[in-house]
Amino acid sequence: MNLYEYQGKELFARYGLPVLPGQVASTPEEARDIAASIGGLVVVKAQVQAGGRGKAGGVKLAHTPDEAFEKARDILALEIKGHPVRRVLVTQAADIARELYLSIVLDRSRKLPLIMLSAEGGVEIEEVARVSPERIVRRHIGLDGLRPYQARELFQPILKDGRLVAQAAEVLLNLWRVYSDGDCSLAEINPLIVTPEDKVIALDAKVSLDDNAAFRHREWGTWRDPDDETPGERLAREKGLSYVKLDGDIGCVVNGAGLAMATMDLVKHYGGEPANFLDIGGSSNPEKVTAALQIITGDASAQNGGVRAILFNIFGGITRCDDVANGIVQSLQQRPLDVPLVIRLTGTNEDLARKILSDHGLGATTHMDEAVRMVIERAQEVTV
Amino acid sequence: MSILIDRSTRLIVQGITGRDGAFHARQMIDYGTKVVAGVTPGKGGTEMHGVPVFDSVAEAVSETRANTSVIYVPAPFASDAVFEAADAGVGLIVCITEGIPVRDATAAYHRVAGLRDAGGTNKGVANGKPRMVGPNCPGLISPGLAKVGILPGHICKPGPVGVVSRSGTLTYEVVHQLTHAGLGQSTCIGIGGDPVIGTNFIDTLALYEADGQTEAIVLIGEIGGSDEEEAAHFIRRHVHKPVVAFIAGQTAPPGKRMGHAGAIISGGSGTAAEKMEAFEAAGVPVARIPSEIPALIGEALSRRRARAKGRKATGAKSARRAKISGARGGSKPSAVRAARKGQPSRKQAKKIPKKK
Repeated sequence: MNLYEYQGKELFARYGLPVLPGQVASTPEEARDIAASIGGLVVVKAQVQAGGRGKAGGVKLAHTPDEAFEKARDILALEIKGHPVRRVLVTQAADIARELYLSIVLDRSRKLPLIMLSAEGGVEIEEVARVSPERIVRRHIGLDGLRPYQARELFQPILKDGRLVAQAAEVLLNLWRVYSDGDCSLAEINPLIVTPEDKVIALDAKVSLDDNAAFRHREWGTWRDPDDETPGERLAREKGLSYVKLDGDIGCVVNGAGLAMATMDLVKHYGGEPANFLDIGGSSNPEKVTAALQIITGDASAQNGGVRAILFNIFGGITRCDDVANGIVQSLQQRPLDVPLVIRLTGTNEDLARKILSDHGLGATTHMDEAVRMVIERAQEVTV
Repeated sequence: MSILIDRSTRLIVQGITGRDGAFHARQMIDYGTKVVAGVTPGKGGTEMHGVPVFDSVAEAVSETRANTSVIYVPAPFASDAVFEAADAGVGLIVCITEGIPVRDATAAYHRVAGLRDAGGTNKGVANGKPRMVGPNCPGLISPGLAKVGILPGHICKPGPVGVVSRSGTLTYEVVHQLTHAGLGQSTCIGIGGDPVIGTNFIDTLALYEADGQTEAIVLIGEIGGSDEEEAAHFIRRHVHKPVVAFIAGQTAPPGKRMGHAGAIISGGSGTAAEKMEAFEAAGVPVARIPSEIPALIGEALSRRRARAKGRKATGAKSARRAKISGARGGSKPSAVRAARKGQPSRKQAKKIPKKK
């Protein structure tokens, strides 16, 4: 799960990181009230999970509460890289003397957290990495954690002034606590600024959480934004299915993530466009199959979710093919489909599965390539 | 031969009294694996499928001389199970559990690696030099010898192909197609779909390279991370056996987690295209779709066998030259390498059209 800036800053503040006072607003009126309570110059910032907000007109200065109202109204009408802006953060403005970049991220190769620090903040780090990789300082955090002297050592060559180094080191140590205690996969401050008054402040917050650790962080539930999910995504999460909506028209129901990706690729390979990634997982109770069909056909305002045909690709190992067949039959009895269905079943109990399907007038193939070609053909026959 | 597991495998099932543990213990026993013990804290002294259950791994190891462990313990407790097995001197620890927090998996990884670097615990029968496979993996199978994990045994058959994959059911699909094409397997291993895993592609490639039975290798990667790129680099320098690669997720959108916690394209890196290019650049043929894999492996095997035959026919002279030619000469006589120079390289033979 990725946090919005305002959520990330809440988390930062909890761990003693220096952030400027601010509050989130979903209407221009709220933005005006917040600006009035902060007083003076404020910044109105679009809350979307996409980079390049500034360039897209999603970050504006406001000198008065009325100006904050106007800026918030404009920004709330924007859509940034496909994300409609539903909230703005109204926060105190700061003068900037220097901008740095600071983050902690998991290094998958070394299996250790990696600190990345750059004297060039405020731009995307991928860009710095591409243009001038030598300007990024990288340091792994070992199994013993991070020591204050190590944090000071990192900032010394960049900030030089002892008091600034001490402040920045404190920021890094606290960011490490956010990352480690908070089960983050990314904790990023870009920019980390130094003000003309020599204060070090986290001006932005980008935090990704390790979903696998949700069981020990009750507070994460409150950060989930229901408006962020499509109805299909919500249903998938509730039913424990992995689901990602795509733009195509061939619905895919598969067991296993790798096979699900390979199925999407194969649809594309044979000239179709996959409508989704959907992994029904190892167990195959009928309820999951019903949910899968509901997710795929209901997840867009278009008829049948914009799907023209649906492919089941099941490799029975632990998953039993007869369970899936029963699921399909039950689901169709409860809720008939308007689009053609192509079923591929191989593996455990496939003969039994084939019998169950044929008793209900359904056929099934055994080869993945054949099934994919078939579903693309059937989709072309359907007129929307 | 095979890698990591065979008839000498003596297996502990951690979490044997749970639903998954009990079910798969049965499957592994039926396949002929020597399941010598189960472990569930608090259930010591009982039995499951005729296998004695112990309260701790240490007890199970000392009572049964077990050398391998497979873990079906729920995610919140699974990393503790890895620590326990490593500290008890188990040599091979296979963690099937999905959904372990990365922080926990990282701690378990470094515990196992630390013990290995220190030469082990001096406890247990496996010389205490532990290795972890997984987490979030289907385990491994050496057809006809042993299976540890959840891979379905009936789709495999013994043979010369080593299979290594980050996935579960996609591995089954590929193995199934290999078997249908008459290409049996030495070992099939699923290394896991998480960002932090104990045994990676490089570790497995080195094992297959050294294994006498394995003649060709299938590598099944997917989007996310850079393990495939590192593997490609390693193959170029250290693997002399033919390798065929496949990468899943060519149509995956960036920034979205595709089921596996590790399968995510982030910051524009970890794409399938990058990985496919890395393999092509290393001279590894890349299958566009899974059904191309058996043919590519079949070709690689016949080329390799023809070369071996040629080697035999040219006799002592080239064998002697091979000896002189030094480091790389062992498996590839210089005569063969010289002969190859005239042929188009594998890199030229197949190239990805770059996306514009």
